[in-house]
Amino acid sequence: MTSKKKRRSPIEINAGSMADIAFLLLIFFLVTTTITAEKGIQVKLPPYDIGGTPPPPVPKRNVLNVLVNFNNDLLVEGEMEELVNLKNRTIEFLTNPNNSADLPTSPKKAVVSLQNDRSTDYATYLATYNEIRAGYNHVWDEYAKANFNEEYENLTVPQKKKVQEEYPLVISEAEPSDISK
Amino acid sequence: MTKFQSKKEKQKPAVSTASLPDIVFMLLFFFMVVTVMKDADQLVEVRLPDATELKKIKNRTDVQNVYIGKPFKSLASTAGSAPRIQINDKFVEMDEVALILKKGTKEKDLINLRVDKDVTMGMVTDVKTEFRKAERLRVNYMALQREKD
Repeated sequence: MTSKKKRRSPIEINAGSMADIAFLLLIFFLVTTTITAEKGIQVKLPPYDIGGTPPPPVPKRNVLNVLVNFNNDLLVEGEMEELVNLKNRTIEFLTNPNNSADLPTSPKKAVVSLQNDRSTDYATYLATYNEIRAGYNHVWDEYAKANFNEEYENLTVPQKKKVQEEYPLVISEAEPSDISK
Repeated sequence: MTKFQSKKEKQKPAVSTASLPDIVFMLLFFFMVVTVMKDADQLVEVRLPDATELKKIKNRTDVQNVYIGKPFKSLASTAGSAPRIQINDKFVEMDEVALILKKGTKEKDLINLRVDKDVTMGMVTDVKTEFRKAERLRVNYMALQREKD
C-alpha cells in the first residue's frame, strides 16, 4: 500500500484553462487599444516677451498679410480671397517666380503674418494655418526634389535643415484684434 | 494480417492545442505593449477640425493633453455651458494653466491642444499665451486627416 503511494507521480495542474485566461486578457486589450496615431499640426510658439519689444521693421514686400476677421472672412494683403487660393498665394509669395517688386527678394526674408479676431472660429483659423503650411510644404517638396531627388519627408536631418535654411518657416502671429471693444 | 487490422483501427491523431496558449500570449503581449491607456475622462465636448498637413505625434508618452470645449450637457449645471479648459481630469481656470503646466510637464514635452471647432480664437490665443509664459512652446493642434484635393 505505502509503496504504491510513493510511486504515484506528482499531481499535474491542468493548464487547459490557461488559454481561456489569456483569451480574456487579449480581448480586454483588443477592445481598449486604439491603433490610430494621434495627428495634428505641430507648431513652435515664440517665447513669451514681457517687455513686448516691437519687432524690427520688415519691408512691406517681404510680408504676406493674412487676416481672418470676426466674420471668418479671409483677407490676403487687404483683399478678400478664397481659402482654396491661399496655398497658391503662399507659394507665389515664397518663390516669387516673376521677380515681382511686390514680393520678397529672397525667401529667406519672407514672413507670413497671420492675424485673426478674438471671435474668429478655431476651425477657420486652423484651416487658414493649414493652407499656409501646405504652401510651405509644397515649396519644400519642390526644392527637395530639385536638389536631392527626394520628397521632403524622406530627406535626412541635415538635408531637411538645408531646405529649412533656404525656405525658413516664418509665420508670425500678431495679437488678435477685438471686435467687441 | 494483424498489421493490416491495426492500421485500419488507428485513429487520426487530434491536432495538438498545446501551443494555443503560446500563440494567444504572443498576441496578448503585442496588444499590451501597443495599448496606451486613456489618461483622463473627458469632461468637455471636442469635435476636432480637419486639416491636410498633419504629422503624427512621435513620442506619445511625453504629451500633455489640454482640452478646450463646452462642458458635456450632464455637467452643464455645475460647469456652465461656456467653453472651459480641461487639463488632466479637472476643469482649469485660465490663470491656473501656466502653473499647472510648469509643475506637471517638462520643457521638452509636447502640449497637445484638443480644441473644439466652434471655440473662438480669443480663448485659444489666451491659452497659448499661458503656454508661452510657462515656457511650454511645443504645441500640437490636434486635427483629423482630410484628403488632399
